[in-house]
Amino acid sequence: MTLLNVKDLRVEFTTPEGAVTAVNDLNFSLNAGETLGIVGESGSGKTQTVCSMMGLLAKNGIVSGSAKFKGQEILGLPERELNKIRAEKIAMIFQDPMTSLNPYMKVGNQLAEVLVKHKGMSKKEALAEAVRMLDAVKIPEAQKRLNMYPHEFSGGMRQRVMIAMALLCSPELLIADEPTTALDVTVQAQILALLNELKRDFNTAIIMITHDLGVVAGACDKVLVMYAGRTMEYGSADDIFYRPTHPYSEGLLKAIPRLDSAGEELPTIPGNPPNLLNLPSGCPFQERCHRVQDRCRQEAPALHNFDAERLRACHADANQILEAS
Amino acid sequence: MTIAEKELLLDVQDLKVHFQIKKENAWPWTKPADLKAVNGVDLQLYAGETLGVVGESGCGKSTLARAIIGLIKATEGNVLWLGKDLTELDDKALRATRSDIQMIFQDPLASLNPRMTIGDIIAEPLRTLRPDIPKQEVSDRVQAMMMKVGLLPNLVNRYPHEFSGGQCQRIGIARALILEPKLIICDEPVSALDVSIQAQVVNLLKQLQREMNLSLIFIAHDLSVVKHISDRVVVMYLGNAVEVGSAEALFANPQHPYTQALMSAVPIPDPNVEKSKEIQLLEGELPSPINPPSGCVFHTRCPHADAGCAEEIPSLRGSMEHQSACLRLEELQAG
Repeated sequence: MTLLNVKDLRVEFTTPEGAVTAVNDLNFSLNAGETLGIVGESGSGKTQTVCSMMGLLAKNGIVSGSAKFKGQEILGLPERELNKIRAEKIAMIFQDPMTSLNPYMKVGNQLAEVLVKHKGMSKKEALAEAVRMLDAVKIPEAQKRLNMYPHEFSGGMRQRVMIAMALLCSPELLIADEPTTALDVTVQAQILALLNELKRDFNTAIIMITHDLGVVAGACDKVLVMYAGRTMEYGSADDIFYRPTHPYSEGLLKAIPRLDSAGEELPTIPGNPPNLLNLPSGCPFQERCHRVQDRCRQEAPALHNFDAERLRACHADANQILEAS
Repeated sequence: MTIAEKELLLDVQDLKVHFQIKKENAWPWTKPADLKAVNGVDLQLYAGETLGVVGESGCGKSTLARAIIGLIKATEGNVLWLGKDLTELDDKALRATRSDIQMIFQDPLASLNPRMTIGDIIAEPLRTLRPDIPKQEVSDRVQAMMMKVGLLPNLVNRYPHEFSGGQCQRIGIARALILEPKLIICDEPVSALDVSIQAQVVNLLKQLQREMNLSLIFIAHDLSVVKHISDRVVVMYLGNAVEVGSAEALFANPQHPYTQALMSAVPIPDPNVEKSKEIQLLEGELPSPINPPSGCVFHTRCPHADAGCAEEIPSLRGSMEHQSACLRLEELQAG
């Protein structure tokens, strides 16, 4: 069953320097129990994509297009309607677990607040439920931790609190925005194992935003590669990792040093990510692309099907790229 | 070339850095607690090699770097630079060694003065340590160095905020290299950068190392990057070096249980490998360095620990190529 269906999602910001298109006609869909990875470099629009769906855009942000959650349009819903969906149906985990918890509130109260507001529980019931959830995310001595403030937790523990909070209302869709970027690898492994268990036990769909392709490989079924607000390639994880058909995905995969293989020089993607205020006409990736053609400079490649499962936006011949890799 | 034939540049002997922490609500006369950030580390660095230092946050890798260069006073132990003990030098003498040892910092933008043009930033080490060089030559050298690190010389009058993270890191590298040092300490130089930019900076460091015969101490938490760039690697846990070895030997055959756990946790960008591999999850949290566990500091989280591990402090053992500090090393190796 399709849980989330996003069509032509576009996010624009009006800035004093002019309009910036942070997300440019994004399309994807997600089924229950599936994990979608959104990868891309900083500024590629990964976070704005999910923030626009959750109604969390900054004041100067304008969203258009459509995002249907179980058939219901969630873009542009009034705050009251949106609050029924947020936390209850769709929950979000943010990147920095320190700044996204309230430093003045005890962790127990922060967790209970969600249940009191959304489920109408009494404070006492809510606290008991909070303990159960903290146990579920494997925080030791959960009862004692209720009375502690966020600064008394380590980074990994805080991220667990965030996950516990997101799961309180057992959402059908969990959005994790760089959930492990601020954490050490051993803690990251613990958190990823936890997310995988959730998927298995509750059939939760997950959107995982990350720039770490290793994390994507372990956790995601589908991958969306973004660059300058656009989809470069969208397909199953196996396709993107083993048979990339876009020069950007190809370059990204080659540019990461791997623990399980030795190499001398790392192949790089030359240059820097483009300025969104001043995008070149044509394909946004043209200046860094080693397969650039004249056509790329004039006309932006449209997103088209490569095969039934996969979308790509590139003028270069996909079969040529497949052969080369 | 074997290790014994290379020129020994830096010899760190039993280095300890302790910070005094005042306890909350303590009586004024209570002795402050000792936070043992680095607790007895030995390491050697040879000319032209890259020494990788890995470990998780709080293991003391940055403190180690800062103690070597003298930004933090060492509590105990020696830092021998070409036979001279840096911990005993006064500020003035220490300053002179700075033209041999330079540092690159983690946050590329925060480590550049926002009110100075990048030309001034790169020239500053020359102006302070070699005031005798004429102005024209300074500016020539700055421009040559900018070319070398891949910055266009016509950007010399711009300010740091006009550059992207990767370019700022190139500016930091140029500043470190302008004195033609022998050793550069890189403290997480690529962890704040995007993947594609990270590869560019790693390649640049490798290329500069070849051209200028630099030695590098490369501190990072990303094992894949460290493996890629290092000749030898030190793995740190809670202020102690738990395993030292050539990158090849250490990554092919990690001996210490902590290194094994650390390596198994690194995600590999390959769905089949990633889905089938077994991760050794470490139980619990990093203990506090104020009150580290007795004996082997890792015994509280080690899957192989026995009663002896809580009592005896292990020291690094093994061949010159590969050493680790584990009491049960032989048993575990035997399976």
